[in-house]
Amino acid sequence: MSWWQRLWRKRQMEDQLEKELRYHIEQHAADLMARGYSAEAARREARLALGGPEQVKEDCRDARGTRWAEDFLHDVRYALRALRQRPGFTAVALATLALGTGATTIMFTLINGVLLRPLPYSRPETLMLVHGHSPTWNVQLYREQKVAYPDFLDLQRESRSVTIAAWLYDGGTVSAPGDPQYVDNFPISWNLFDLLGVNVLQGRAFLPKEDKPGGAPVIILGYKFWQRKFGEGATAIGSQVVLDDKPYTVVGVARENFRLEDNEADTFTPLAQDTAAYLKLRGPHPISVAARLRLGVSVGQVETELAIIGHRLAAQYPDTNKDRNFFAEPMHVDVGDARATLWLLFGAVGLVLLIACANVASLLLARSVSRERELAMRAALGAGRGRLIRQCLTESCVLACLGGALGVALAAIGARPFVKFWPGSLPRADDVQLDWNVLWFALGVSLLSGILFGLVPALRIRARRLEHSLRAGARSVVGGSRRVHGVFVTAEIAIAMVLLVSAGMLGRTLLHLSALNPGLDIHNLLVSRMALAPATLKDPGLMRAAWKEVLERAAQVPGVESAAVVDTVPLRQGENELGYWTSADVPPDNKLPFALATSVTPEYLRVMKIPLLRGRFFNDHDTLDSQPVMVIDDVMAQHAFGRTEVVGKRLWVPDMGPKPFLVAGVVGHVRHWGLAADDQSPVRDQFYYPYPQVPDALMRRWSELTSIVVRTKVNPLSILPTLRKQLRGETGEQVLYEVQTMEQLAKQTLARQRFLMLLFGVFAGLALLLACIGVYGVLAYLTGQRVPEVGLRLALGASARGIQWMVVRQSLLMISAGAAIGLTAAFGAAYTLRQTVAGMQPLEAGTFVLTLVVLMIASLVASFLPARRASRVDPMTALRTD
Amino acid sequence: MPNKSDLPQGTLDLLILKVVALGAVHGYAIAQRLQQVSRDVVQVPQGSLYPALHRLENRGLLAAEWKDTETGREAKFYRLTRKGRAQLEDEAASWKRLTEAVGLILRMPEGAQ
Repeated sequence: MSWWQRLWRKRQMEDQLEKELRYHIEQHAADLMARGYSAEAARREARLALGGPEQVKEDCRDARGTRWAEDFLHDVRYALRALRQRPGFTAVALATLALGTGATTIMFTLINGVLLRPLPYSRPETLMLVHGHSPTWNVQLYREQKVAYPDFLDLQRESRSVTIAAWLYDGGTVSAPGDPQYVDNFPISWNLFDLLGVNVLQGRAFLPKEDKPGGAPVIILGYKFWQRKFGEGATAIGSQVVLDDKPYTVVGVARENFRLEDNEADTFTPLAQDTAAYLKLRGPHPISVAARLRLGVSVGQVETELAIIGHRLAAQYPDTNKDRNFFAEPMHVDVGDARATLWLLFGAVGLVLLIACANVASLLLARSVSRERELAMRAALGAGRGRLIRQCLTESCVLACLGGALGVALAAIGARPFVKFWPGSLPRADDVQLDWNVLWFALGVSLLSGILFGLVPALRIRARRLEHSLRAGARSVVGGSRRVHGVFVTAEIAIAMVLLVSAGMLGRTLLHLSALNPGLDIHNLLVSRMALAPATLKDPGLMRAAWKEVLERAAQVPGVESAAVVDTVPLRQGENELGYWTSADVPPDNKLPFALATSVTPEYLRVMKIPLLRGRFFNDHDTLDSQPVMVIDDVMAQHAFGRTEVVGKRLWVPDMGPKPFLVAGVVGHVRHWGLAADDQSPVRDQFYYPYPQVPDALMRRWSELTSIVVRTKVNPLSILPTLRKQLRGETGEQVLYEVQTMEQLAKQTLARQRFLMLLFGVFAGLALLLACIGVYGVLAYLTGQRVPEVGLRLALGASARGIQWMVVRQSLLMISAGAAIGLTAAFGAAYTLRQTVAGMQPLEAGTFVLTLVVLMIASLVASFLPARRASRVDPMTALRTD
Repeated sequence: MPNKSDLPQGTLDLLILKVVALGAVHGYAIAQRLQQVSRDVVQVPQGSLYPALHRLENRGLLAAEWKDTETGREAKFYRLTRKGRAQLEDEAASWKRLTEAVGLILRMPEGAQ
């Protein structure tokens, strides 16, 4: 029903009510006249008997049951009219609210997408992840244990409470169609798409007969890979794709944004066709397992069943499965530190919203004080106090909802760019969208803030003696509201102070962290992962030769100083952490100290410019046939051996065989885990061992992980085209991927701190601006109310300077109180930041003083403008007003 | 003139339903009828008659329609809906039970114990 229909119907109902009552009175009067009353007396008697037509009408309207809605609509219309009448006030209030709710809604959109929305599979609440667990497994270090492929097959065959499917994170080189390229290939069990309830975009998923050793070589393409290789909209079904030298027929294309634990694959192949040796063993556990609860099955039943199967496997294969068990947990995406960052920002944004509310509240309060007489008049005409409060709240809620609508528009525009702006990549970024949750949230926030900033002005109605305001002019009520205004200013300043101190702390932290020595020379250093030609990967000897040749060819590129091979690169994700011990009497795995193990070629130290502290680094004589050696960093030296001489000592690393390593030298510590995070890393010890001493059995896995680092004499990116060409190999299948400079990597490790600082800076600036507008508005209003008083003072001989001081002193009091409260609260904020941000520097006096100075100057400027205006009042005009 | 009593709480609705049950009737006639039938004992507060009618109409117990009266004027006539009739039977029955119970208590001989 439209506005006009509703209005029209309401009028019709009023007309009918009027007609009905008139008929009653006229009939009654006619009867009375028949009994001998005069016309005049009869009508009077009839009216009296009915008891005041207007009162009866009101009661009838109440009885209709739509009364509240009519009042509400009336109030809304009234509020809109009032807002239109004061465009200046409305614009400022709406802009403030739009900023506040907009920023809050953007943050909530992110939180909703990343943390709250169900996973984009069908009925995600019945999906689980199955993990392995053994008592010696270090979960803190390695995260959840996955499942061995033979164990998965047993689970799949024996479980009745769930259906399960599996995938493996793997990679390979696609050599056709197009240029050779390294891809993320996920071998999957045939039923994975079906189990997740996800349709393919083109073609079909795998068939059971394809998920067998020696099955037909078929492949499913990831959406982005398909677009890249075949172009938008082209059909790929039936085409050939050569992956690791093996031709596959494309049978399907995955839908857009299909991810497994937030990882997007380039290609999928049938898992059982993978012939890798480690998939035959129960020892390694590389398989990720998803489970779908069958109808009516509880999580408890699944746990019990998994425990029974695990127990049986442990009895049957004691060598590998002793004490290993399986458990299931609801499927989720590990969002890492995004969770803490999001909540931190949400808190900051919430503070900005509070300031916005305080601002609008003080604006409304100022308005309601000047409306006092209007409200008093309404009360005198019979409006109940509850009714007046309701009207005030309706007005503030209308204002808040308009502001909220603008805020939602802001969020709709701003949320996506904000995701792009996120450091690294935001987990579940595709799920960040406006949805009903977000709209409900925005509505809730708007109404809540509307009630929050409308409540104080509304409650004042109760506090005032209304007839008093009717009698007096607006002037007489200023005294009471000054205190309330003071509270608003104090609160705004306090909140702004918290945000300013936080931003200041983050800024100082960033400065401190950027100045840290990473332990190596990050300039003119190129880092890249590299894939060897698939044919090479079949033989360890070929692989060793290939790596040797890669380094020789790289060294010949003009501008290159030296090059080395390394498995895990500092400041980049990826690490291999192993337990070590100083004697042959090695305790179980979870009792061992851990160290970062890095295999490198002898040039590594020179390429990275890591200082050699004692002993020697590797040379060409350290081979598979010679004594296993390692070089440790100073942190590990201190940790393992204390003050004693280290070179010549022996270390046992159970995961690398029973033979001890000879410690050949000590080098400086490298901030491997990030400039900021390194100090908090659970593992800080580091050791290096020679790449040539990697055993043959591991050579293939190592070759897939290996990166090269290149020290250049010129800008490292400038040599990249030549380097690529030089390293392509005879078949052109040796490709560089994930090419970065070490400077970029170093910068990325501080991306989170930089991002937080930037946003806190923006929020703090916004808060300061809003607080200053608030201070200005309140003082302008208060001084405006004091014009007659100022006039009197001037007439009695006060100086302009004296008047200015009077106004500024008033604001100084509020600002100081706010700053004092803000400083106390800032300690809380500082604590939270130190808990959630790596490398956070403690709060120190310098930050405090700087913040305080900025805040004081800004707010004094804001209060000086009204002060100056007050001092220029013409005494005669001032005294004549009112 | 006999003593006029005020209506007990909630009985106005019941009386209105009963009067309207006899046939479609307008507001003034309802007031008249109530007064006549109760031989002026029951004082119908006319001011609350119309709100009560509107409330009953709103609850779907009464339906209303504009019709011409015998004098040729248009008036709003109320009649009972099916729901209203059910409600009337319910309330009449419970009123009867209540009055009987009250009567029993009042007839109790004093000092009998």
